[in-house]
Amino acid sequence: MAEEKNKRLVMIASKGSMDMAYIPLIVGSTAAAMEMEVAIFFTFYGLDIINKNKYKSLGVAPLANPASPMPVPNIIGVLPGMTMMATTMMKSWMGKQNVATIPEMLKMCQDVGVRMIGCQMTMDVMGVKKEDLIDGVEIGGAATMLDFAADSDISFHI
Amino acid sequence: MSGESDKTLDCKGLSCPEPVLKTKMAMNDMQPGQVLEMVATDPGSANDIPAWARRTGNQIVESKEEGGVWTFRIKKS
Repeated sequence: MAEEKNKRLVMIASKGSMDMAYIPLIVGSTAAAMEMEVAIFFTFYGLDIINKNKYKSLGVAPLANPASPMPVPNIIGVLPGMTMMATTMMKSWMGKQNVATIPEMLKMCQDVGVRMIGCQMTMDVMGVKKEDLIDGVEIGGAATMLDFAADSDISFHI
Repeated sequence: MSGESDKTLDCKGLSCPEPVLKTKMAMNDMQPGQVLEMVATDPGSANDIPAWARRTGNQIVESKEEGGVWTFRIKKS
């Protein structure tokens, strides 16, 4: 398909839980492997996915999540330690199916050339510095993302 | 598999999206016309590998499933 223009995919990753981190990373790396041009804009809580200090410890919400791996009532889910328990349970399920971890998925995204953009405004609001982000990511604002999105064929908000 | 392959790739035990990513990486190092034989146990691969091949213009010359193991021979375009 060399003579055709590559398809383009843009995603806005705005959630910082482990399950919501997998989606842009799996879809993004696969799209790049399908020879699409891919950019992911990490904004608000989604910035944690590319934050060196946080991406290894993203959690799964046991609260207000009827599909939580730990099917307990919200009144129990609110107790200390429940987020960790739900996260551990999800990680164990993922491990049994040999699903790549979030750090491994990030590495794969970089290997296949997914463009990752950290939201400048979120960084300012949350006090995140460029050196807090994993290597190889760009920093930009809405215009940077929209410049890429304007010529995109597919767009997702996660 | 009946035909000759230039390279083999074992994706047994791996889940989505790794079989597709590893297939892509393996094909990167190959020449047009060469054939990659890849095996996977992820049932999603049954549809994912053909979808990947269609999108990237590579040709599946042979595919089969035997006891939960999918084998694809893919010719690089």
